[in-house]
Amino acid sequence: MTAISKQNNGGLGPAASLVMQHYQQQLRTRRIYTIISAVVFFIVLCASLKFANDANAGKFFDRLPYFFDFILNFVPNSPLEIIRAMFDLPSPYADGSLKYNYTIDRVYLTNGFYIPHYFYQLAITINIALVSTIVGAALAFLLCFFASTNLIGSRVTRWVVRRIMEVMRAFPEIVIAGLLTAILSIGPIAAIIAITVHTIGALGKLFFEVVENADMKPEEGLRATGANWFERVRFAIVPQVMPNFVSYALLRAEINVRASTIIGAVGGGGIGEVFRLAIGRDHAAQTYAIIILLLISIIIIDQFSGWLRHRLTGHQSFEFGRGAA
Amino acid sequence: MSSVPSINPSERARLLAAYPQAFHRSFMQRYGLALIAGGILVYLVACFFAFQIGPAFANGRWDRASLYLQDWYSWRAQPRLRFEDGGTVRPQWSSRGQYPAGANIDWLQPAANGGYTVTYGSRDDRLEITPSKVDVYLGGTVYPVTITADAVTAPADAPAAIQQDGTKVIVSYGFEGQAEIRTGQVFVQRRFLGWSNFFFDTKSQFWGRSWGDLAYLATFGDRLDPARSNLSHMRDDFLGNGVWQHADILSKLMQTLVMAFVGTLLGTIFAFPLAFIAARNITRNRAANWGMKRTFDFLRSIDMLIWALFFTRSFGPGPIPGIAAIFFTDAGALGKVYAEALENVDDKQREGVKSVGASPIAVNRFGVVPQVLPVFISQSLYFWESNTRSATVIGAVGAGGIGLKLLEAMGTNADWDKVAYMVLLILIVVFLFDNLSTFLRQRLIGERAH
Repeated sequence: MTAISKQNNGGLGPAASLVMQHYQQQLRTRRIYTIISAVVFFIVLCASLKFANDANAGKFFDRLPYFFDFILNFVPNSPLEIIRAMFDLPSPYADGSLKYNYTIDRVYLTNGFYIPHYFYQLAITINIALVSTIVGAALAFLLCFFASTNLIGSRVTRWVVRRIMEVMRAFPEIVIAGLLTAILSIGPIAAIIAITVHTIGALGKLFFEVVENADMKPEEGLRATGANWFERVRFAIVPQVMPNFVSYALLRAEINVRASTIIGAVGGGGIGEVFRLAIGRDHAAQTYAIIILLLISIIIIDQFSGWLRHRLTGHQSFEFGRGAA
Repeated sequence: MSSVPSINPSERARLLAAYPQAFHRSFMQRYGLALIAGGILVYLVACFFAFQIGPAFANGRWDRASLYLQDWYSWRAQPRLRFEDGGTVRPQWSSRGQYPAGANIDWLQPAANGGYTVTYGSRDDRLEITPSKVDVYLGGTVYPVTITADAVTAPADAPAAIQQDGTKVIVSYGFEGQAEIRTGQVFVQRRFLGWSNFFFDTKSQFWGRSWGDLAYLATFGDRLDPARSNLSHMRDDFLGNGVWQHADILSKLMQTLVMAFVGTLLGTIFAFPLAFIAARNITRNRAANWGMKRTFDFLRSIDMLIWALFFTRSFGPGPIPGIAAIFFTDAGALGKVYAEALENVDDKQREGVKSVGASPIAVNRFGVVPQVLPVFISQSLYFWESNTRSATVIGAVGAGGIGLKLLEAMGTNADWDKVAYMVLLILIVVFLFDNLSTFLRQRLIGERAH
């Protein structure tokens, strides 16, 4: 402390050296705080890791050497097997078990023409995502105007609509899916409704934030001509916010493809369930076939949706859309 | 729109002739929106038939739906009143009975003739049960249901609330419950608002005590168990509640939170240095940029679900596969976001630091990191929020946490009150964490929105 001030006294006047002293003081305090918070953070992290390891069935370090065993043992008989599994072709390794009987799952459209099983399931998954996105975006569109400060004067309405959206966002999808599965029996509908509800909540939030940032001058102009509330929203707000809305809806479609895969795995059908069964039954070729299919389809969907976004919104770049997920 | 000022026809014609390009709109401008909307509508209708949504709704078990939804906020006591040989009736409870043995239950009272009286809310709605006859009181009117050795028959003038179902008779009292009268027993379902025995199960010494009594015990009362104080005794009994399994559920919830926290944190730590390699303006090596970005893409494109199932196979069910799955997907996603943020930095600050002869490390530390840190932190916090939600679902496929517990509870179809309890916990936690992350974001990077 004194050493530093003496050092600086050579080049600085008394007032400046006082400032320097204060600055050094501040710096030290800040450093101490940083160290303390880092230590606390580290302790929390270690405790969390220990807790996770204790709660786990297999212990991390015990299992680590065997981790690669699984990967090494989980190898299809030949690379061609993956292709055969993907397209439901007969396999030379067939031994009567389900493991190599790919042809059994063919989905015949006509007598000679079939869709490979996994492609069919993938189509179901993607369609679930698309339908949920369309319906969810439409309902979020209707709701979002009632949640924005600049269009709705009544606090109560805004509060109610926002809370509804929040609950829809936070409500676990698997519970909705599970409840509907119990009522409607197994099928894609449970997944569709579950994902739709979540989509309404997530998109509704993004939508009303866009509406709140909209330029209010056109709205003022319409108000001056005596337009009513619906006309003002329709002709002043909607044209402004539509590009953003479309772009967010497309981002949501990407997320929903993943969500419908996961919901499927939990018990909603589609490719997720097939994948869970394949990996659970140790069917290596089938598992890799599904992983490759999923990878390719997700990459294609993301690229296509990105291209469409840029086309529609004139190269407005958006944050990677996980914020409201 | 009567308020629109009119324009006279000659003026209108003049404008049209003078500015044709302003009034001519291309085919897409005129009909594009209608075409897109029509296409979407056709698609939705096609999906409606392809997914067989109509039949599924028609075949839905809607009676079950109301039952399950009522189970969310109420509970059912379900004694079976068996007919004994001596002309008496004996109540029998399942192993999950909500009353301790020998408890005096006000709605289920033995009658003088050896039968039983079950009251549904008021004296006007009750069942007088004997092995040969059940008097059903509905709104004060009595309908005698006769029981013979092989059939139960409802009276002919019975209202809709009394249904003859083959050899059984089902009496419905709406929300209050119902009763199935069979030849050998009456299966009573009596519904009450709220969650039964939420705090203490029937084995606990605190069961059935009033709030005031409990407060007195917790503060001044004598120890029920000399070995421990009443408060810790209460805590043990609450956590050890056999029906609600609070200890298990809370630890599972904790696992979910730990999964999200650790997964996101490790993803952040991992993505931070690698993003510098992926950013074109920081690392001047195209091959390294490309390789790093493809690595991020690979980690991101393989779904969280795939990672979760994969690691569950390796480490067994529990939070570790969940952490690993979240870590892998987040490392990819955060890496991509971080790299984009780095590529958008302002170069002037780096030049300034470079101009005083700083090493490359120092240039990045003082010229780049201060600019991008707010973006990094806010993105990581967003991911943390969303992962708290995803961790629930991931848990259901085998990575541990509350997701698995939810699935188990839903699978029994009898534990909807427990499902409601867990959903409530999840909602509370998600709201807490949303607010916490918003608070942290504001504290760390100010009010600037990213």
